[in-house]
Parts: sequence; structure tokens; C-alpha cells
Amino acid sequence: MALRRARAAVGRASVADPATGPAGEGLGARVDPEALRVRELGASQLLRGGELEGPAQPAHLEGADLERHVEERVMTTTLEKAVAWARSNSFFPATFGLACCAIEMMSIVAARTDVARFGYEAFRASPRQADLLILSGRVSIKMAPIVRRIYDQMLEPKWAISMGACCSSMGVFNNYALVPADKFMPVDVHVPGCPPRPEALMHGVLKLRKMVLDDPDMSWRERYGAVGTEEVLPGA
Amino acid sequence: MSPVDHDTTEQSEQLSEYRRREQSITLSALEPPAGGEGEERQELLTLNFGPHHPATHGVLRLLVTLQGEVVRDIKPIIGYVHTGIEKTAEDKAYWKVIPVVERMDYLAYHFNAMTFCGAVETLAEVEVPKRGEYLRVIHMELNRIMSHLVWLGTSALDLGAISMFWYCFREREKVLDLFEMSTGQRMHTRYFQVGGVIEDIPLGFAEKLSAFLAEMPTRVNQYRALLHSNEIVLQRLRGTGLLDAGRLLEFGVTGPLLRAAGNPWDLRKAAPYCSYGDFDFKIPIGTVGDNYDRFNVRFTEMDESVAIIRQALEGLPEGPWITSDRKVALPPRHELATSMEALIHHFKLVTEGLRVPPGEAYYPVESPRGELGCWVRSDGSAKPARVHMRDPSFVNLQAFSEMAEGGYIADMIATLAALDPILGGIDR
Amino acid sequence: MPDATGLELIAQELGSAVLDTVYFRERATLEVEPASIRTVLARLRDRGYAFMASLHGVDYYPEEPRLGVLYELLDMGRVDRISVKLRVPCDGAEVDSAVPDRPGDLGWRTASHQEREVYDMFGVRFRDHPDLRRILMPEDYEGHPQRRDFPQGGEPVLFTYNDSKRPRAPA
Repeated sequence: MALRRARAAVGRASVADPATGPAGEGLGARVDPEALRVRELGASQLLRGGELEGPAQPAHLEGADLERHVEERVMTTTLEKAVAWARSNSFFPATFGLACCAIEMMSIVAARTDVARFGYEAFRASPRQADLLILSGRVSIKMAPIVRRIYDQMLEPKWAISMGACCSSMGVFNNYALVPADKFMPVDVHVPGCPPRPEALMHGVLKLRKMVLDDPDMSWRERYGAVGTEEVLPGA
Repeated sequence: MSPVDHDTTEQSEQLSEYRRREQSITLSALEPPAGGEGEERQELLTLNFGPHHPATHGVLRLLVTLQGEVVRDIKPIIGYVHTGIEKTAEDKAYWKVIPVVERMDYLAYHFNAMTFCGAVETLAEVEVPKRGEYLRVIHMELNRIMSHLVWLGTSALDLGAISMFWYCFREREKVLDLFEMSTGQRMHTRYFQVGGVIEDIPLGFAEKLSAFLAEMPTRVNQYRALLHSNEIVLQRLRGTGLLDAGRLLEFGVTGPLLRAAGNPWDLRKAAPYCSYGDFDFKIPIGTVGDNYDRFNVRFTEMDESVAIIRQALEGLPEGPWITSDRKVALPPRHELATSMEALIHHFKLVTEGLRVPPGEAYYPVESPRGELGCWVRSDGSAKPARVHMRDPSFVNLQAFSEMAEGGYIADMIATLAALDPILGGIDR
Repeated sequence: MPDATGLELIAQELGSAVLDTVYFRERATLEVEPASIRTVLARLRDRGYAFMASLHGVDYYPEEPRLGVLYELLDMGRVDRISVKLRVPCDGAEVDSAVPDRPGDLGWRTASHQEREVYDMFGVRFRDHPDLRRILMPEDYEGHPQRRDFPQGGEPVLFTYNDSKRPRAPA
């Protein structure tokens, strides 16, 4: 019953709406919600067996029906792509605010630029649980070894965003006291600004998301040949 | 875990060695630690609240000596965000120092700029026009509200009242919208210049500001209502972090911390600068100087700031917003097309900067954290010879150890929150 | 600020410790002998200037004596400020610390961190300071950054992606 109604609705809609595409499109293509519902219902009917419209039959699918079912319900991809999709949509940023940029980083957690929309609101205090280090603020020479240590304590895969002009490129203060972040750790995305607006930082994080999504093999150790930099506890 | 209660006589032979040992444990008396009994002989544990910690409001490192959960001594170690601001300022022309110095106490940027511009204006004997002063007051008080909002949001977060963070940042966004409207930037606006402010407020700013002022007192009341009678807040803040006014003065503490202890010292009233004498506002003070008083004082300060801004907006005089002394301030752009002198002044100011007669001056203002002062030494050239920022958090931090001694770690966290340290100002 | 006459009266009272008085832009400064700083501070405190607002250092390069230490005092009762300045040469930059208590002269606790900062940035040693070590720079840093002859420093800007293009000395 529901299926017939849904089909009728799509029938009415598809004449005017060119967005309804063929079944089996890849990830990211625009899918009309009505059509999807129809296909879902159709597929579950298939599983229940036999005809799409008719009395329910005991479930068994074979041949063309099975293929159609699989086409409509199942999507194939590589493991790396799936894992990259999961990783990119669930960064756990480390709470690492250094200076003024930290206030704008707090702003992205706030309600106007809501980082929870994208799934990144789980700021973890412990570097062992975090995978994204947003270096927000100026890195002084006293702090640099500590930042490096925190970065080493994070587990693979991990990424770093250098937020603001000071850690990316010395910013307003090119003097004896500061160190650019690239000097002691690899940085994936630099976000310019002093401080960058929350929207700019969000753009940077989303850019990182796109980078991770596109290139599943993003491990920095292979990219930069940086073996032997894991934190080793004394006596281990 | 109470000892297992079953008949041991016939079952003891079937019990494993482990079970028999387990049953023989009684929890009545634990052995006192070697070396005697009594609380004083307990070992002291020195714990490092490292620079990377969610509750330290920046990169503050604390070496805390604990006896059980009781704090016995705290040694703060700072310098983790030392930026060499004062050294950088010696290398730049006077008006270029303003953005450098603004980034010191990064929640009170207008105050940093005010204190530096005030010192330079004292040395150069520059008169700031009335409209410029009123605009400065509006922006400084908005900055005070914003600083207290961020403080409130993060302090409540430390205490566990997590929703306050979102409410406070919602109002903060409104303040930042106002800043963006008048200055173009949310933070570190470079709005204050030597001689006044860089630009007049645009059309629509007054309406937007009035709307904000109409709504803000209700919001402050709502936030106050959320916290001030809450049982947990009362238990955590009442009576913790106590330090009396006399002791605070020995440590050089000023600002809301001193006012919470009952001393009504506020530079806006005591030594009015920048037309603060034209406005009618009260100074909130506390009674005992514990954390609860500090919270209340800052709440009320937000209310008073709203009153000041309202008066400044209503009484905003017409006129120039920056001094007309062309040797100090850039001439308006339309003059460059007609006047040769204006062109020369513009050229000299932009390339070389303004020249300040030699001398030394100290200019203090009342920032959200206390007395913020700037000491400028000029040697007659276009670059300052020494800029020293007397930061309130740097001095207030000295009192932190005494405030938190004798309390629990949780009280120490609450005290640190109520202290409102800004590490950018502490480390400069 | 005490006005010019008031400043002269204070200077007279302090006697030989005062080297110079400056009244500039309505701000009063007393320049004193480095050896007598504790006495001067104690006497000013008795006169009412009981709050030390700031303690900071200056480098007067190239004038000698090069390093200066300034004490900004505030009288809260009369809302009056006065600055006390002392100057020491670069080698032999030793001043009595304002922190410790002395018989008949309570110390200024607020000077603790501020003197450490002056030591760190300028190299002025404060005798009898309870804990004189570097406060802003790392403990093992060499040099005193805010001296005028210390270089500004700075790093060439380098990003991760162009690290391989960093100019290197020929092998």
C-alpha cells in the first residue's frame, strides 16, 4: 500500500523534477528522497519475495531479482575509501588553545558557527584520544617542545591544522621568541588570519576533511619519512 | 567490599588460597605509613598541571604540592606563550605598535590599545576630541562586557555548568558583530589610534547598539539566575579562594579581585580618564573576597557597563573623532586631492611615522582584570625606545598561590577560574 | 601626581639618596642611588605610597649607566602616583630586591615576579630575591632579550610543502 502511494507520488513529481536519477548512483550524487524511498520499499519487497506489487511471497531471491536488489541496496567501495570517509567525518580535535586564536576556536564550538554540524564537537583533552591538533596561537620557544610532545603522543592517523598567522608564518611577531609550527612538526592545513574568523577556521577544517576523504593514505610518516618520532617512555 | 559471609569451618578446606586470604582481610585499621602517624607525616605529592591542560585557561603550568587532596603549595611557571611583544614594539613606528600591543591581553584588545595610545598622547601632548573619547569609551565598555562573557562561559565550563558557555558566546557574537560593523574586525580591531579613533561609527551602528543594550540586561539577569542560587555553585564558590583586601594589596592585585574583597578601587572613578567622569555608574564590590563574590562582582560590572554605554551613546557629541593635528593623525583622504600640506603630512606619517618628543610616561587604565598600564619611553625618534605593558594578570597571578592554599584541588580550579588569568598578558 | 613643588619637598626629605627629580607632563619621577632603594621605598610607603603598581626595566643604551629599573608607586588614598628610577651599569647590575622583609621595613610582595622578569629580560640581579630565575624565557636560555643590543631575531618562513626547497649550503 505504502509502496503504491509512494510510486504515485514519484510519478507525479518526476515529470517536473529532473533530479530523479537512475538507481545505483555513486556516493555524493543528488538523490531525490522520494525516489530513494520507493527504491527502498521496492528492495524490501524484493527480499520478501517475488513481485513488486502483489501478494507477499516467501523470501527468496535469485538471478535478476537478486542483482536488482543488490544494485539498489548495496554500494561497493574500497576499504580505504570507507575508512577515510569515516575518519574525515569524525575528527576529534585536541583542546589545544595557545593564544588569541584559541578564543576564535572556542567560537566554532559555540552556536553560531557550530562545529557539531560536521561531527567535530568532541574536543578531547587527552592527546591519546584526539586525532586533530588545531594549533591555535603563537608557539613560543618554551612551548615548542611541549607541542611536539603532545603531537607525538597522539596516535596515528593524526592531522594538524595551523590556525592563524602566528604559528603558520610568525604572524605579526617575527622575533626571537616564536617558532613557526612547520619547523618542528608537519602541518596539513594552514589557516591564515589574525585571528581567522570562525568561518575561516571551519573552512580550513572542511578542507582537511576533503583532503582526508580524497586521499585515504594520508599517513604523514610515510609522506615525510618521519619514522622514529613516536614518544617512547623511559625504560621501555 | 565486605568480607564474604559464609560458613568457613567446613568450606575452608575447599577454598582456594586466594579466597582464604581474601576472607582474612578486615578493613578496620589500615597500617599507618612508616615514620609515624598523623596527617602531617603524610607524603607530599608534587603534581604538574602541565601547560596543556583543559582547566588552566591558557598555557599556564602549575606545580602543585598536594597532601592528599589538599593543596599545600602552588608554583606557577609561565612563559609558554611569551611573544616578545615589548621587544617587537621597539622596532616599529608608533602607530604600527598598536596592533602588536593589542595582541597582548587578547580579550581586552581595546584596553591595550587605549593604554598605549594614552601614553603616547601624554608624551606628544595630543588632545583627543570629545567624540573620539566617547567612541573609545563605548568600545572599551563593549570589550569589557565581551571579556566578562568569555570569562563567565569558560569559568562555568570549568565548574561543570557547561551550557553557560553557549549562552555567553551567543552574546559575545553580538558584541563582535558590533565591532565588525564599526571597525571591520572581530578581534584586535586596531580601532584606537594615537589621537582618537580611526573612523567614525557607520550608519546603523547606533540602532544596532541600542538594540543590544535593550536586550543585554535581561540576558545578564538570566545568566545570573542560572548560577547565583544554584546549590552546587554555592557550595563550590562560597568560602573558597578567600584572600582579604589587605593581602591582595600587598600582592599588587587590582580589578574585580580587589573589588570582590571590599576595596572599591576603580581607576574609572578614582582617576577618571577618557571622559569617564561624564558618566554616572556604580562600582560593585563584594564582602569577603571569595570566589562567589568575584562572580557576582563581574556580573554586576556587565550591568554597569551597559549603563555606561547607554549614556555614552545618548550623549555622543558631534565633531571630529581623531585629533586634527596633522603631525599625529592622518588627514582625511579628500584633503589629499586639494592640499599639498596634507599630502606631505600623509607621506611623512605613513613612511616614517609620528615623532614623539623624548620623555617617559606611564598611563594606567582599568581593564577587565585590573590596572593595565603602559610605560613608554621615547627618545625623539619615530620608534618607541621602550614599551612596557604592566599587565594585571601577571601581577594577580602572584596571589594565586595564597588564595588556593589549604583548599582542595577542585577549589583550586574554581579559584583559577575566578582569577581570570589571560596568559597572553601574563607572558607578553 | 604630586606637583612640582610637592616633588621637590619629597626629594628634600629623602636627602642624599635622590640624584635627580623630573617633573614631565605632570608625572613625577625621582632618580635615586641604587644602594638606597629600599630606604627610599620604605620612606615613600610611610608617606602613603603603599601600592607598587609596576616594577620594570629599561635599557638606556647607549647612555651610561645603561640599565634602569623603575618602580611605579601609587597612593590610593590621595590618588597620587610617583615613579622611582634607578640606573645601574651593565656589568655590576646588582640591586637590592624589594621583596624580602627587613626589620622595620615590610617587603613588597608584588615585586616577586616582576623582578624575575627584569632579571630575565635585562640581566639585573636582585640581591636576596627569594627565587631569582628566568620567568619568561626557558631556564637555560642565554642572553637577555630586551637589551637594546640583543637582536630582534626571527625565522625565515617555511612551510611543510616547500621544506625541500629550503636553500641549503652546497654539499
